[in-house]
Amino acid sequence: MNRINNVFKEQKSVFITYLVCGDPDINSTLKMMHSMVENGVDLIELGIPFTDPIADGPVIQRGIERALKNRVSLIDILNLVSKFREKNKTTPIVLMGYMNPIENMGYKKFSSQAKSKGVDGLLIVDLPPEEAGSINQELSKNKLCQIFLASPTTEDKRLKAIARYSSGYLYYVSLKGITGSSLINYQPIKKRINKIKKLSKNKIPVTVGFGIKTPEAARKISMFSDGIIIGSSIVELIDKNRKNKALMHKKINNFVKSVKSSLVK
Amino acid sequence: MKKINYKSFPDKNGRFEEFGGKYVSETLMYPLSELEKAYKKIAKSVSFKKELNNELCNYVGRPTPIYHASRISKELGSCNIFLKREDLNHTGAHKINNAMGQAMLAKAMGKTRIIAETGAGQHGVATATACARYNLKCVVYMGSEDIQRQKVNVYRMKLLGAEVISVESGSKTLKDALNEALRDWVTNVDDTHYIIGSVAGPHPYPMIVRDFQSVIGHESKIQMKKINKKADILVACVGGGSNAIGLFHPYLNEAVDIYGVEAGGFGLNTGKHAAPLNKGKPGILHGNRTYIMEDQNGQIQSTHSISAGLDYPGVGPEHSWLKDNKRVKYVSVTDNDALKAFYYLTEKEGIIPALETAHALAYAFKLAKTKKNKNILINLSGRGDKDIDTIISLKRIKV
Ligand SMILES: Cc1ncc(COP(=O)(O)O)c(C=O)c1O
Repeated sequence: MNRINNVFKEQKSVFITYLVCGDPDINSTLKMMHSMVENGVDLIELGIPFTDPIADGPVIQRGIERALKNRVSLIDILNLVSKFREKNKTTPIVLMGYMNPIENMGYKKFSSQAKSKGVDGLLIVDLPPEEAGSINQELSKNKLCQIFLASPTTEDKRLKAIARYSSGYLYYVSLKGITGSSLINYQPIKKRINKIKKLSKNKIPVTVGFGIKTPEAARKISMFSDGIIIGSSIVELIDKNRKNKALMHKKINNFVKSVKSSLVK
Repeated sequence: MKKINYKSFPDKNGRFEEFGGKYVSETLMYPLSELEKAYKKIAKSVSFKKELNNELCNYVGRPTPIYHASRISKELGSCNIFLKREDLNHTGAHKINNAMGQAMLAKAMGKTRIIAETGAGQHGVATATACARYNLKCVVYMGSEDIQRQKVNVYRMKLLGAEVISVESGSKTLKDALNEALRDWVTNVDDTHYIIGSVAGPHPYPMIVRDFQSVIGHESKIQMKKINKKADILVACVGGGSNAIGLFHPYLNEAVDIYGVEAGGFGLNTGKHAAPLNKGKPGILHGNRTYIMEDQNGQIQSTHSISAGLDYPGVGPEHSWLKDNKRVKYVSVTDNDALKAFYYLTEKEGIIPALETAHALAYAFKLAKTKKNKNILINLSGRGDKDIDTIISLKRIKV
């Protein structure tokens, strides 16, 4: 049983956060990862910075630019996960990003390295299942989960296929847009989540990301999904408070705590 | 060389063997498949073809002439240099061939809003023009650095009623404008069609843009035949690669030598260029697998070229494929050599070319000096009016 499956078994609503690895610097990322877990985060998506993040809004773009300025590479990220594992053996880590840095390293090398450093899964924004065949072989060999996205424009037939190809969990993108956009309407999301669950015969946990910014929104979505993902709101706290690290950590911890306490138990 | 039917690609997955494909976020998979369906339908439709042809004749000004540049031909040696005059199209470049086709396609799909990216501003102007013609709302993304060096085209777009959005992220050039356009499209997929300006992007774009630009090569064949000539050598500049593939594609299965010219910037060994086919390696950018310029960690590198339209770290996937199977030779020309060719054509033939086109000219002139008795057909992709500011600042011409 891997860490991702465990966490979805244990928690009614899995609390997932996203961080750009290396923003504002790599040591702060490590510190935030540990303190997030202490404050109730169940799974961490660690963003791999990329120069051309086409699915990200201005807030995460700025986070990525800061990380790139720090010259954080994919190898640095894998090493960071390994460092995180020195103290934490249970919280799943999913690497999230764009295809080219992984293409550059090579699927085989990436997959075996990721496994040995303690990564649990991979989520590539610009890799639909149609293009994922060859990397999937390497990931499966190393028992790494591959998480795919579904969106409001995904047709039923594809939804079914995406649910089948995904392992670990499925990431439902709540809105048409980029990260950092605002959610306005919960009903359509609820309908879609129910549909995915029906089409997949409840075989894969379904989480919701994009547009969740407040404990209130998190609570509402946790009522009908298996987990919620918060990214931009946390990266924004880094953006605004990074000059004062102590304050930055404190604000993020408080925010994380308030979200955790709002989720359905 | 293995025998390939070059016209049978891309395959049904949008692949040119290992290149191309659809590397996009899930939200775009649906609009891309709708686009492909709509395109396949109109590509078969006799009435659409007739209407497009009518527009190209009466609005764009096609067919564009082929001009025998006799003065420079004689001066350079024994070859005959022919120029396919895409600069004489309405709005001044080949970009309008694609913009008209895609605007009509968007209309047929019931879209009301058009977005586009632009580097030199030629594609932006062409798209703004087609949108004015078809009563479509138009938003153009342009890097802030390109806005500075192609001001005239920004004024033109605004006059035509387009909204021009300055892109401040990343390197502030064409690649970043493309990123912003993709972000817009993901957000507004319902009413918006994205008119990509080159043979880049995810499938079906490289195919659609190529098909609309292939009018260049088809006309050329007919026109050369009319003057009892046959092209021995084709030359075109390669940014994303749309004017090049437009000329090359109809000739790919024939015995013709083909050269694509990339931007050598300050020189291929300086790192400051935009020549992914010469110096890059295969990777994934903007929705397709192709040659790109990247660092050792897979981050996309910033590029340099004197011409905004070639200043791009990727290239259309079909060119990557044509490179690997050695059907087309990809070479490069520096900023300085392009400038020399720019002045040469201007002074000897009375034609002011775009700086992009000047790269093709420079290489073709070099060929003309070394080859014997060949017919060299150059795609004169655009006129240089837009580059006058750049040239003036270099030459410090006073009025
Ligand atoms: C006149 C001209 N030629 C060439 C290009 C390069 O584009 P492509 O390689 O797609 O033809 C541009 C792009 O702006 C252009 O304006």
